[in-house]
Amino acid sequence: MQDNDHRAVPSPRRRSMLQAGALTAGASAIGFPALVHSQADKIRIGHLTPLTGFLGALGEYAVLGIRMATEEINAAGGVLGRPLDVLSEDSVNPSVASSKAQRMLERDGAVVLMGEISSASALTLAQVAARNKRLFMSIGARSDELRGKNCNRFTFYVDIPNTVMVNAVGQALLRDNMVQGKKFFSLTADYLFGHDLLRVAKKFFAANQAQLLGDELVATDVTDFSPYLLKIRQARPDVVCSNLAGNQVTTFLKQYAEFGLPYPFIGFNLNTADAWAAGAENFGGVWPTVWHHELDTPGTKAFVAAFTQKHGKLPENHAWIEYVSLKIMAQAMNETKSTDSDKLIAFFEKGTEFDLLKARKGYFRSWDHQLMQEAYPFTAKPKGKAKDRFDFLAFGAAVPGPKESLEVLATTKQENTCSM
Amino acid sequence: MAFVFLLEQVVNGLVLGGYYLLLALGLSLIFSVGGVVNLAHGAFYALGAYVSLELTRRLGFAPGVVIAPVLVGVLGIAFERFLLRRFYTSDPILSLLLTFGLAMVAEQAIRMLWGAAPLPSTMPSELRGQLMLGEFMFSRYRLLLLAVVLTVMTGIWLLLHKTAFGRVVRAGVQRPDMVAALGIRLAPYMTTIVALGVSMAALGGALFGPIAVVHPAMGTEIMTVAFVIVVIGGLGSFWGVVLAALLVGLVRGVTIHFVPAAGEASMYVLMFLVLMFRPRGLLGERIEKFE
Repeated sequence: MQDNDHRAVPSPRRRSMLQAGALTAGASAIGFPALVHSQADKIRIGHLTPLTGFLGALGEYAVLGIRMATEEINAAGGVLGRPLDVLSEDSVNPSVASSKAQRMLERDGAVVLMGEISSASALTLAQVAARNKRLFMSIGARSDELRGKNCNRFTFYVDIPNTVMVNAVGQALLRDNMVQGKKFFSLTADYLFGHDLLRVAKKFFAANQAQLLGDELVATDVTDFSPYLLKIRQARPDVVCSNLAGNQVTTFLKQYAEFGLPYPFIGFNLNTADAWAAGAENFGGVWPTVWHHELDTPGTKAFVAAFTQKHGKLPENHAWIEYVSLKIMAQAMNETKSTDSDKLIAFFEKGTEFDLLKARKGYFRSWDHQLMQEAYPFTAKPKGKAKDRFDFLAFGAAVPGPKESLEVLATTKQENTCSM
Repeated sequence: MAFVFLLEQVVNGLVLGGYYLLLALGLSLIFSVGGVVNLAHGAFYALGAYVSLELTRRLGFAPGVVIAPVLVGVLGIAFERFLLRRFYTSDPILSLLLTFGLAMVAEQAIRMLWGAAPLPSTMPSELRGQLMLGEFMFSRYRLLLLAVVLTVMTGIWLLLHKTAFGRVVRAGVQRPDMVAALGIRLAPYMTTIVALGVSMAALGGALFGPIAVVHPAMGTEIMTVAFVIVVIGGLGSFWGVVLAALLVGLVRGVTIHFVPAAGEASMYVLMFLVLMFRPRGLLGERIEKFE
């Protein structure tokens, strides 16, 4: 190594740096330094999220959210005096996501990676992050496995994990006496996320003396649920349980109402955009969410007002989560005065608290990199109480309660196999 | 009891197959007569769903379902007259590119007009819920859907087999040169076929909107099934497409009954098997211009 550094012939890398330097100098000399200056000055962030497929509608909200945060941060002077430049692209599928992420780090000069909703794509992005030793903030993916056996030092998780979603709904079900001794039948999204959610749900049922009569894995592109609905009727459960994702939940809700099955249903995963798409007359049951637009905090009120004014529609949870994630990242860069992944990781790991526009602040757990925050169960408003076609969801109080630790619903160190 | 459950899946699968038929028959007709694989067919399906949704909000459900296919059909006439017509005799790759591009343009246009987020769509409350016939459970709405499909199919069959119009179209499929020699211009017939095919796709969208997710990419999703049906059924045959649509619905239902995880793969396996033994599809005719 020592010898190499003293070679008489410049290495190719050095030569290209020299050329770049000469070009820059030349450009300055002939009079367009501003362009070169501003290009180098931006802090670029690689952002991937599904914009097509069964999670595409959520991805659109995600982009609107992160874009709004970028504009606000840049209007206030940027980060470390430099503007943020968030490069948003469609992640398409896990393999495309990973090659795009690699390109963003290598060629586009992204300092960190952010985004994702699909757990399968988030998994490959976490691997890209570890390989390149760069920070990846996984924003919207919810599988336990990501922050469990697949965790790594370079990846941080913002959205609530499956265990928290199941426990948030589970608490409401236990309160309403809908678990003990009941027979459940579940439909599960047939990919990483669904399988993970089913595993957590099974654990919850077993721990609370409920019986799982059967489960059907449903491919993510299925548009007709009728054969599955017939199987539910054949099984005659006490409660139907959805472990579906994205558009699937909307299709399920609409066709369940179409067939008019008599069994009550609940679900462990639903985004408000998918609930809105199902419509008031098809919606019911108890579901979890990480945030909602009716939270009575100054931060949420300001965010909802600004978003609604700009886009003419209410923000849903993926818009909010991308918005606060970029704010968290900007805060970390400002306070560490750095864009270096190691410094940012140390900053997150020391338990710094962040404003999430909720009643309580959140923090990343140092040993599994999961953001600890409040969640909310929600259900349908009584018929006729909705003011407009978006106003039929009734949100419950935050869980954990105000006096409890934020970690009571999350996996414990014993349950979680994460080791970095 | 187990047998009843299986039978229930069979019947349900046949109903679903009938619905696929709305898309597949138009696709097959356009290909048989014009020799064009219309990759934009799904876009008209999506447009049907969106237009009927807008009309339903203003005029109610029934007018929405009736008027939307007519409006989309008019769009289909323009599509045939100004775009498709130029490509009947050219290299098939060109019409593939044209319709593929058009499908993308249409999807993005829908995204710009209505947004990427899926839209809520409703059906009248009288049509909701189930109907029990003995041990069998049916969705009321799907029974209505089945009735509409049967009516449309009967109409199309009569049009193709019992009218002068149909005779020219069927002759045009087999011997376009002979039709031309007899002094009959095929162009207006083709316009009508495209308008009809596209309207059927739009009707499918309008009818399935209330029970599916209405989103910009819904057309792309449904196209795969429609293509598989056309391939299995074979070109130029009305009954081939009908048979294939029912078979695909049935095989999917039965597969989900026994091996749920293979449900979506079953139709491709079916297509593979059919093509192994009957390369032209189940009832496909030998069409000289495609050989």
